[in-house]
Amino acid sequence: MTAKSKESQIIKLAAKFKSAIGLIGLIIVMSFLSEYFLTVHNLMNITRQVSINAVLAIGMTFVILTGGIDLSVGSVLALSSVITAGLMSSGMNIALVLIIGIGVGTLLGLLNGLLVAKGRMQSFIVTLGMMTIARGLTLIYSDGRPISGFDKSFRFLGAGHVLGIPVPVIIMFALLAVSYVILKKTPFGRYVYAIGGNEKATELSGINTDKIKIGVYAISGFLASISGIILASRLNSAQPIAGTGYELDAIAAVVLGGTSLAGGQGGIVGTIIGALIIGILNNGLNLLNVSSFYQLVAKGAVILIAIFLDTRSQKRD
Amino acid sequence: MFKKLVTLGLVLLMAMGLFGCAKDGAKDDGKLKIGFAVSTQNNPFFVDMKNGLEAKAEELGFEVLTVDAQDDAAKQLSSIEDLIMKGIDVLVVNPVDGDAVVTAIESANNSNIPVITVDRGANGGEVTAHIASDNVAGGVMAADFIAEKINKAGKVVELEGIAGTSAARDRGKGFNQGIDKYDSIEVVASQPADFNRAKGMTVMENILQSQREIDAVFAHNDSMALGAMEAIEGAGRDIIIVGFDAIDDAVQAVKDGKIAATVAQQPSLIGEIAVETAQKIANEEVVEEFIKVPLKLVK
Repeated sequence: MTAKSKESQIIKLAAKFKSAIGLIGLIIVMSFLSEYFLTVHNLMNITRQVSINAVLAIGMTFVILTGGIDLSVGSVLALSSVITAGLMSSGMNIALVLIIGIGVGTLLGLLNGLLVAKGRMQSFIVTLGMMTIARGLTLIYSDGRPISGFDKSFRFLGAGHVLGIPVPVIIMFALLAVSYVILKKTPFGRYVYAIGGNEKATELSGINTDKIKIGVYAISGFLASISGIILASRLNSAQPIAGTGYELDAIAAVVLGGTSLAGGQGGIVGTIIGALIIGILNNGLNLLNVSSFYQLVAKGAVILIAIFLDTRSQKRD
Repeated sequence: MFKKLVTLGLVLLMAMGLFGCAKDGAKDDGKLKIGFAVSTQNNPFFVDMKNGLEAKAEELGFEVLTVDAQDDAAKQLSSIEDLIMKGIDVLVVNPVDGDAVVTAIESANNSNIPVITVDRGANGGEVTAHIASDNVAGGVMAADFIAEKINKAGKVVELEGIAGTSAARDRGKGFNQGIDKYDSIEVVASQPADFNRAKGMTVMENILQSQREIDAVFAHNDSMALGAMEAIEGAGRDIIIVGFDAIDDAVQAVKDGKIAATVAQQPSLIGEIAVETAQKIANEEVVEEFIKVPLKLVK
């Protein structure tokens, strides 16, 4: 093995783990900037805050891997959250409430998938429409007001701990594990990558691409409703305007994690790293008491720099 | 020939329909017709404003046509044009955007319909009266209340609204003016949480990490105050919280002793005063150009 090929191997390795390297770099920088950053308590705090976006971003990863996009997740989150809250405050059985809450989100996701796959419409437009519809339904259902008054047991989902670990974090890691297995170890997962890589070829090889596509949007809706329920539980209230702009944070997490918007490349682990990068950035800017105007510039700049480096390294490949 | 007759018939029918509409629009049964263009019904504050306005109008026997712009300035413009077409006597508008609404106000001016702005102002056109609460005074009120609660010494945190909005600017300005009067009170952190409950919680959680000593929090609105409350409860710390707007949840939290106070704008009173002002304008009485609606502290 020559020195040169060794070097190129290191570069390849670095390219593969670049989002992880970025995350570690950010953690090191933050540790120097703020003495409060690297404490168990704060790290727990960050992962709990990240969990909502991470769960959305897991679903978004499935969609983006097929080369699509799901803009409706923030609104679906809000709809599931107000429906869950509304039914719960009406005294319905909590298990039934959760099933309905999650069912609604999954159903809207399924609809997105049907319109994209069978309707042959662009995912951007379909989910943009769904984003507006779901937000409207949220406002209709809630009459524009926050809904509160939950069962004590419901708060466990968002504010509880198991062995000292916040429940949302446990949910996030459980969903991460399941999604990882689905993407890497099942035929469904392989077809998700295949569609993103070359849809025509996948279809010609006899795979029912419509089914796969409908599946990924349903997964995205399913996960959006789970994060909506966690958010309502965490806030002890369902907010009709919850989740506005969350779709962009989720997309940013996916892309920061190295998944290509063109589809076919990337994965779930990167997405979690991307979500952590965004979460640490938010946390760090608060810890450092950075003024509001500068925060926006800093966040945007980090995303742009990350994507810039990503495209450059892809070009080199 | 038959086809032509049918077409002619249809055209006549449509013309009659139009004529009927126009007549209906201009009909004058002595009932004052108020057009109310609200920015959004996405926020309990504006829902209360609308309810106050409609209740007062009903009491006085006026008719109200309400349109909701859903925070979309373009939609507001077109729906105000619709209101003008329907022959309203006075336009009450709660602008989505102070600049974008100018075109709509100018069209009302051209139709000789007097315009009242509520809550947010307009940056042009001819506005007869502007009705709003005095946010700067509200910020000062919060600062004085906190100072009294912590014996004029201690560390306070400010949760700011969306950067660049007038509410965030004015409330922050009033609060900092108020706090500046007390030498021993220090604002240890001022961070934006965008008027949003989830963000209020997250940002407060983060501030709690870096500030070991906090005596009080002032949030530019209740949603952030309630989010901060969850964060503070989660951390098991004892901090005085003051919000702004007095939405239902916050008033309940004050009753439960979970937050200390909320500065109440009186949205439903803003709506009521808008109707009274509209009546005065219709009766050609002189009204003040800027009507400040009093705030109150719910504690």
